[in-house]
Amino acid sequence: MKLIYEKSIKGRRGFRLPKALASKKCDLPKKYQRVKDPDLPEVSELDCVRHFTNLSRMNFSVDSNFYPLGSCTMKYNPKFTEKALKLEGFLELHPLLPQLLGGGMLAQGSLEVIYETERLLCEITGMDAFTMQPLAGAHGELTGAMLIAAYHKHKGSRRKYVIVPDSSHGTNPASAAIAGYEVIVVRSDKDGCMDIGAFKEKLNEDVAAVMLTCPNTLGIFNPRIKEIADLAHKAGALMYYDGANLNAMMGKCRPGDLGFDVVHLNLHKTFGTPHGGGGPGAGPVGVNDRLVQFLPISKVSKRDDGTLYLDYNNPKSIGYIAPFYGNFAVILKAYAYMLLLGKEGLTEVSEYAVLNANYCMKLLKDHYELSYDRTCMHECVFSASRQADKGVHAIDIAKYLIDKGFHPPTIYFPLIVKEAMMIEPTETESKETIDEFIAAMIEIAKLTESDPQVIKDAPQKAPVKRLDETKAARDLNLRFKGSP
Amino acid sequence: MSYIPHTKEQTQEMLKAIGASSIDELFKDIRPALRPRSFDIPEGLSEFDVIERMRALASKNATGLINFLGAGFYDHYIPAAVDAITERSEFYTAYTPYQPECSQGWLQAIYEYQTAICELTGLDAANASLYDGGTALYEAALMAIRTTGRNKIIMDSGVNLIYRTMLYTYTSNLSVEFVETPVAHGQSSREEIYKHLDDKTAAVIVQNPNFFGTIDDHSDIAEKAHLCGALVIASVYPVSLGLLKTPGEIGADIATGEGQSLGLPLSFGGPYLGFMACKKEFVRKMPGRIAGATVDKDGKRGFVLTLQAREQHIRRERATSNICSNEALCALRAIVYTTLLGKQGLKELAQLNYERSEFAKNELDKIKGVEVKRSSPTFNEFTLALPRNADKVVAEMIDKGFAAGFPLGRFYKGMDNYLLVSTTEKRTEEEIKEFAEALRVVI
Repeated sequence: MKLIYEKSIKGRRGFRLPKALASKKCDLPKKYQRVKDPDLPEVSELDCVRHFTNLSRMNFSVDSNFYPLGSCTMKYNPKFTEKALKLEGFLELHPLLPQLLGGGMLAQGSLEVIYETERLLCEITGMDAFTMQPLAGAHGELTGAMLIAAYHKHKGSRRKYVIVPDSSHGTNPASAAIAGYEVIVVRSDKDGCMDIGAFKEKLNEDVAAVMLTCPNTLGIFNPRIKEIADLAHKAGALMYYDGANLNAMMGKCRPGDLGFDVVHLNLHKTFGTPHGGGGPGAGPVGVNDRLVQFLPISKVSKRDDGTLYLDYNNPKSIGYIAPFYGNFAVILKAYAYMLLLGKEGLTEVSEYAVLNANYCMKLLKDHYELSYDRTCMHECVFSASRQADKGVHAIDIAKYLIDKGFHPPTIYFPLIVKEAMMIEPTETESKETIDEFIAAMIEIAKLTESDPQVIKDAPQKAPVKRLDETKAARDLNLRFKGSP
Repeated sequence: MSYIPHTKEQTQEMLKAIGASSIDELFKDIRPALRPRSFDIPEGLSEFDVIERMRALASKNATGLINFLGAGFYDHYIPAAVDAITERSEFYTAYTPYQPECSQGWLQAIYEYQTAICELTGLDAANASLYDGGTALYEAALMAIRTTGRNKIIMDSGVNLIYRTMLYTYTSNLSVEFVETPVAHGQSSREEIYKHLDDKTAAVIVQNPNFFGTIDDHSDIAEKAHLCGALVIASVYPVSLGLLKTPGEIGADIATGEGQSLGLPLSFGGPYLGFMACKKEFVRKMPGRIAGATVDKDGKRGFVLTLQAREQHIRRERATSNICSNEALCALRAIVYTTLLGKQGLKELAQLNYERSEFAKNELDKIKGVEVKRSSPTFNEFTLALPRNADKVVAEMIDKGFAAGFPLGRFYKGMDNYLLVSTTEKRTEEEIKEFAEALRVVI
């Protein structure tokens, strides 16, 4: 499809602005003015709407396709939450309003949304306090790592290392590094859990924290998680919970009870807010009592008369990590989601997420290599190693699934599984949909034997065939530069 | 109700296929000792009940205040078509386009967005977005440190205090040396910046227009900084770039900013949009997702996420940033917005903002005891000296139906009587006159 810039017709307009007050020319001195006008498209509103509508049709999305992208929890995003967002009063509220004298009373509704969401998340995770400010999961991780650093600094210790298992998300080591830590990687054992022996060897008085995903990225709940937490605490290290996989645990166990000191959640995964093509998300961080004093500024607090205010009095805080109070619109949607589902609904979410994943795992394990063959939680990880031996790799399987109308699973992650395919169906998918997906996966396994080239030639039905990613990185073309 | 489609019969069939007698059996790894000590969540509500609750909450917020409050976050009109496009669920229920063949719509939109950011800033390359203007500025500072191998940052205090504070928070565990230089007559103090500029300086950070709304031409600073091998980072307000000299034209190496003004609602502080652009020699040091054009097997143009070797999922602790999710849907709003406005529209929009602000300055200057600070030109925001405490004046103006502006004493010592006032294209001649009249009465 042509770029919007290639549809541009000189002089065409797409939007009518208010009238100027005076017709006199702009009197700003020339030295402050740009010399060359920006080459933005010149199109009509219809040109614009049709262009982007047609672009939207070139995407797979949860509303149009099964999207079992492991670790991303691509569940259905209920529509009513979008409606809540658009209510007058929420949408146009200026974030600085409650910072004005007397302005706090003009934002009580939004402050209450933040306050109540914090309380619900505390109860769901077993933590003592939350900050809603982190703007995404990785941002939450960085915030968590900084809280950990503040805690140790306050205790007068200079710990240098953060331990992560080799199955961890890439954001874990990256966040720890950006917070100033060196990263120690511990291998997984034959059951897919962090190897306790190796962990003990690496654990010492220089370790600030252990960052874990639970259940881990293989979809496995580590039955020895409490033991790890106890060992870490004994060595003076804190336990960090990467909440990417909370969708497996609601009502079944809580990170706080397991011994985690810091958790981040992904509201866009567990709490049904849309992923937006890669954001905005929200990555609130919860802590237990030991870390509350270090939480970012500001905090929504309650006065004796029940009104809410922004509390800036926190001398030990790590400071400002976001301009305001977090991605408010995302928080609002997650709050609405939790209110609708309630205790029973949230528990069912995890139950059916786990049921769907185990069903997928069971029906596919005769056809694909299952590196860790045990009951999984909300996702299962297969290896395409058998298929790879015949020349069909995980990426080929992914591309063939596109032709079948399914968004592929996460592939080549976790790194410890060769040719990994990580499938997370989520609770909102029906048995019929999952059955169709399983049928497609079995078809691929069979085609690998009979006609592997068909798979390697996929996709055929997508708007483009397989794209040359090497060329993209070599001959960088990151913007339109005008017609020749 | 939890949007779960399973019938009882299907649940049983699935359990049977798995070989489990109950769902709870699937949770056997979570032993009784690990079960929740409490899970005291209220019972679920109907959709109607939740919406009513939300309505009640929304009504506790102020609506209908006439807005002269900006301070980096502006009340611009959002064309209806921006909402119509971003409400398409083929966009908002997708995720990061890891699989390009089924994400061409998103990837092309990001490529078009990157192009618009390059056009606005006058720089060569842009990423697919960052969280907000503050985190974008911090990422730019880290990028400059990585690129130069130096660790000193000179920062003009005309940079939004919120961003400066964020920068200090993020770098508190890294060895970064910050020098803050004062604002002189509304503009960056050359004298102070040059005094600190040396061969240890990684970057000079400036903002245009600065927090006081004043416009500067930082070309001379860029020239001097480059002589020392330092980079220049310009934090900019995109709507102003319809009129003002671009980061590219002043010679900045990296531009960042808050993209909220490009079609995003104020929404109580988020989600917003951090944008970043840079000169081409620094592209491989840039954080975040980047879309690039390539060809498919048949030679047809297509788009992919590229330069992924910089990113956390490949490079882990050695990545250029820890960022994973960005603010794609906000970037989509920005590209639809800039498309609708177009080349001519954006220029006119900037001029409207400038003009309204000049009109407001003249109206407000007529009030006895009020002085408009005119040491430097401004864009759509300016500083008023009031005869008394601006905090209190603002509180009284709320009663008159106006969000009158931002009292500068909150961020700057000794400026208790100063008020930062912004006017966008939404403020009419009548509203500005009513505002001036209300202020005259209050004072």
